[in-house]
Amino acid sequence: MTTELTLIKRRFGETLRSDAWWLQPVLVFCGLTAFVIYTTWAAFQGEHYHHGPYLSPFYAPEIFGDSEHSWFGPKPGWWPTWLPFSPAFLILWAPAGFRLTCYYYRGAYYKAFWADPPSCAVGEPRNGYRGESAFPLILQNMHRFFLYFALIFVALLAFDVWKATQFDNGFGIGLGTIILAINVFFLGGYTLGCHSLRHLVGGFMDRLSGTPIRQKAYHCVSCLNGHHMRWAWMSLCSVALSDVYVRLCSMGVLSDWRIL
Amino acid sequence: MAAAKFKVWRGDANTAGFVDYEAEVSEGMVVLDAVHQIQAEQANDLAVRWNCKAGKCGSCSAEVNGHPKLMCMTRLDDLPLEKPVTIEPVRAFSHVKDLVTDVSWNYQVKKKIKKFNPKPPDFEDGTWKMQQEDIDRVQEFRKCIECFLCQDVCHVLRDHHLHDNFIGPRHYVYTAALEMHPLDTENRLGDLKETDGIGYCNITKCCTKVCPEHITITDNAIIPLKERVVDQFYDPVRKLLRILKPKK
Ligand code: SF4
Ligand code: SF4
Ligand code: FES
Ligand code: FES
Repeated sequence: MTTELTLIKRRFGETLRSDAWWLQPVLVFCGLTAFVIYTTWAAFQGEHYHHGPYLSPFYAPEIFGDSEHSWFGPKPGWWPTWLPFSPAFLILWAPAGFRLTCYYYRGAYYKAFWADPPSCAVGEPRNGYRGESAFPLILQNMHRFFLYFALIFVALLAFDVWKATQFDNGFGIGLGTIILAINVFFLGGYTLGCHSLRHLVGGFMDRLSGTPIRQKAYHCVSCLNGHHMRWAWMSLCSVALSDVYVRLCSMGVLSDWRIL
Repeated sequence: MAAAKFKVWRGDANTAGFVDYEAEVSEGMVVLDAVHQIQAEQANDLAVRWNCKAGKCGSCSAEVNGHPKLMCMTRLDDLPLEKPVTIEPVRAFSHVKDLVTDVSWNYQVKKKIKKFNPKPPDFEDGTWKMQQEDIDRVQEFRKCIECFLCQDVCHVLRDHHLHDNFIGPRHYVYTAALEMHPLDTENRLGDLKETDGIGYCNITKCCTKVCPEHITITDNAIIPLKERVVDQFYDPVRKLLRILKPKK
């Protein structure tokens, strides 16, 4: 069956909305661009990512690297000489893939970077459209696999907060410890509110009565999920600020404030 | 009483455009009141569809200042009246006349969705036992008044005109109400992926924003359905588990 409809095609940007419909996509565009530029720059540095017991979340876990946080020692001998090395390259693909395939970010960057649509009820620049029904965007369906890594990362970052209390002269708390802890709090809220997690803990079932633990888990994840956008932005900021703080301390620009 | 200016879409599918009107506005008036006033005093032949004037029948959908809205629930004192208020018909369906469009495509689409298919009754008198907490989730979807504002704003229909490949947010809500029902035994996941085009939804949430019943369409209906489709068709681990799991 082919539907016969007489519809008007709108031009790019055409709308009768008189509010600032462009503001949100512009803010998303600026926020995400700034984050990607900073993260790429920070990942390429390969230095100033640790300071005392602190380790920047862009470099955590440090699988190979020169700091005392490294799991398996310095850069491996098999690493090709022509390929630049930074401990961040080994791990950053996981959180990057997680955010790239996140349902919230998808909706946000399709609008802000691809104008599909530029904003609700605003005309689009292109006629053709396949959405997430064909390659490459069909790969967004792999989000849950990035979630598995993200859950492990949150646990490892939480452990890093514990390690950030182990100073040379014993237990302590510095401003860095607090910043890293806040970061784990926001990352936890973001990751545990994931739509795929909501599905996996109980959403896939039609009946949750009779499975009280599942039911509780489903309600907790749903509760975080209701504010997923907010958690997404808070954790994006906290992860970047954690790196900035550790970096500035390591460079000697700031000296860590030891609270306890 | 103050006078406000209105630009109302007039004409039929062949020739149409905005016509300017002025109407007296009093406290508490909604856009539909203004349209009725214009119809009564200045344009007796103005076509407009409405029924309940209480936000419950879903008939008076239109675009007010470019926003998909129920005219009977849009108060004039929430709009900037220093500029003319624009009133157009919804844009994702064929135009009939003035503010009226032909929304029958929606009814045809709905007919094609597999019907509710309950498991055998739990009791001899033909009834079932259900827990309230199991039905809470689908009750949200039952609030739908079929105003089709979500269909109107969805760019897949509105801009890309993929009416033959995509059933639209309203019908994902309907499918979710059936698919997540604790008594239902039907499987609609294959249809969702193939004929219903759930992959075309790029989760931009415009549908959720316009729903007058505040149904969390994208988060509670579409994304959970997308996740179920992933279970069935895209998750290799699940596929393997299904193959290995002995059939009952
Ligand atoms: S979230 Fe999906 S269904 Fe809703 S308006 Fe956007 S593309 Fe359409
Ligand atoms: S889901 Fe909401 S916006 Fe869509 S038809 Fe139903 S009531 Fe209207
Ligand atoms: S949906 Fe956003 S993290 Fe999974
Ligand atoms: S007239 Fe019934 S919803 Fe507006």
